[in-house]
Amino acid sequence: MAAVVLDHITKTYAGGVEAVRGVSLDIPNGSFTVLLGPSGCGKSTLLRMIAGLETISGGTCRIGDRIVNDIEPADRDIAMVFQNYALYPHMSVYDNMAYGLRNRKTPPAEIDRRVREAAGLLAIDEYLTRKPRALSGGQRQRVAMGRAIVREPLVFLFDEPLSNLDAKLRVTMRLEIRRLHNRLKATSIFVTHDQVEAMTLADQVVVMNAGRIEQVGRPIDVYRFPATRFVATFVGAPAMNLAPGRIVADGVVEIGSGRLAFDAARLKPSMGASVDVGVRPEDLRLLQGDPGANAAVGLPFAPEFVEELGATRLIHGLSGTAPFVIAAPAATTAADMTAGRIAADPAAVHLFDITTGASLASTAA
Amino acid sequence: MVERRSLGDLLPHFILCLGVAIVAFPVYLCFVGSTHPQEVIANGHMPVTPGPLFFQTYYQTLFVGTSGTTRQPVAAMLMNSMIMATAIALGKIAISILSAYAVVYFKFPFRMSAFWLIFMTLMLPVEVRIYPTYKIAADLHLLDTYAGLTLPLIASATATLYFRQFFMTIPDELVEASMLDGAGPVRFFFDTLLPLSRTNIAALFVILFIYGWNQYLWPLLVTTRDDMQTVVIGIKKMIVTADALTEWNIVLATAMLAMLPPVLVVVLMQRWFVKGLVETEK
Repeated sequence: MAAVVLDHITKTYAGGVEAVRGVSLDIPNGSFTVLLGPSGCGKSTLLRMIAGLETISGGTCRIGDRIVNDIEPADRDIAMVFQNYALYPHMSVYDNMAYGLRNRKTPPAEIDRRVREAAGLLAIDEYLTRKPRALSGGQRQRVAMGRAIVREPLVFLFDEPLSNLDAKLRVTMRLEIRRLHNRLKATSIFVTHDQVEAMTLADQVVVMNAGRIEQVGRPIDVYRFPATRFVATFVGAPAMNLAPGRIVADGVVEIGSGRLAFDAARLKPSMGASVDVGVRPEDLRLLQGDPGANAAVGLPFAPEFVEELGATRLIHGLSGTAPFVIAAPAATTAADMTAGRIAADPAAVHLFDITTGASLASTAA
Repeated sequence: MVERRSLGDLLPHFILCLGVAIVAFPVYLCFVGSTHPQEVIANGHMPVTPGPLFFQTYYQTLFVGTSGTTRQPVAAMLMNSMIMATAIALGKIAISILSAYAVVYFKFPFRMSAFWLIFMTLMLPVEVRIYPTYKIAADLHLLDTYAGLTLPLIASATATLYFRQFFMTIPDELVEASMLDGAGPVRFFFDTLLPLSRTNIAALFVILFIYGWNQYLWPLLVTTRDDMQTVVIGIKKMIVTADALTEWNIVLATAMLAMLPPVLVVVLMQRWFVKGLVETEK
């Protein structure tokens, strides 16, 4: 096991396209780091550079105590799990797992021990003689992981390994990967565009956009204190509500004809500044009764339609001209939904610079 | 399903049976002819039932040959044809799988130019380049040798294209997984690519074997010695148009024997052949 340190890594393709623009990142030994971002954000390219499948255009990549920029993929002491598993179709499950070890001239007895151990760990012992074709998607996924485990690498790399599975299996495999990590404690880097996978698996989430890192942090911190507008809208489903506003008083932002209080101790905008105001749908609540008493806080809200999710209801509507979504408890009745105002806890209100998109929090993580 | 069999089902079957009959009848006649004495065929009244001389004729054909014309036992000709067809098929497969491997998996200068050059040879079959090819074969003293018989026919654009298309359907991740598993280009070729190409190789072998077996013009040019002639040439030489009498029973028996190896190859490899053309194992 080893730490991975990326120092100003860039990737420029032949056509001048910059896929990764100066990424520096510390991946601590034994941690589970998830690279999260939309397609084309450079997360897979970054992973493939760590694996050695893409050349590094600039910067250095360090695995353990070696700079691996010019080291062949096979000699980097890493193992990778691919999106489509990339199992050798003509080899049995056993041979698929043993192949890499045989190429490294590992003694047969040792190969056998490791393969059987990994197979036991992944509950695929009974399929060892089968061909991948005879296995289900989840079993193939396990074999692919087994192939990585037997190598006993310094670092595990996962390239969207769950995206070919159906929704239910994905949840199961997600748990298994996490359980496996807790057991093996191996440094893992996991690429995904699925924020639920990122939230549930990661010790450290790295949110990427357009070849750059937007934020690095614990999942809950990334969720609670998004460092940029991009992170705010990308992490969380349904996405955070965003509306343009203006600071009208210390701790008060005006949005259209309504006002919201924010935590002035955390957020430090300048007076009169135009900002983007963000509030998560679950942090918004419908105000009931006479609006007169708390007219100072709250936004006018006109519900348009409701998405029923069972546990919650998503109420879509407009506050002035800005679209808002509220995640309301399932008990919310039709009468509640005619209510004209919404409000949020000041601590749940986020402010972003209107041009750079950076959070205006003084202690941005 | 039996009770639902209607005219609509029977008609296609009838047409297919008719087709089989049209194709098979001449073959049958050929067989019948080969079992009758020479005079029976020569007098113009071709019988439609097999005659009494099956063993005698085929023994003479295989081990003695015609008494008047080629005087070569057909077994030797069959052996020549077999060596030529097998060498052409295997040679073409070996060369084209390697060149396709190079074109698909390696980046080198003028890679696409190399590919298009190979592609262009499609327009230059032996018949087109026959004079220069013959000159080269003669200068290299390859006339009347197996090398001369096979080498000029081996370079093959078709098979290269076929393997290239197949290689391009193999996911890149398989190559990358091999790289991470410590397999270099040679290992990847033998451990992964070759086993995955098995059905394709088999299908191609069937096609190319028949191609090689049926070669006529090139063997005719490059072999002059009787003991080097192939069976296809042999049949032609047995048929005389001038004064001598063609030994038709032996000609027909030779035709039957010449048909056997390609048919056997097709029948034995049919399952693989279909698999190779239809299925992609990934």
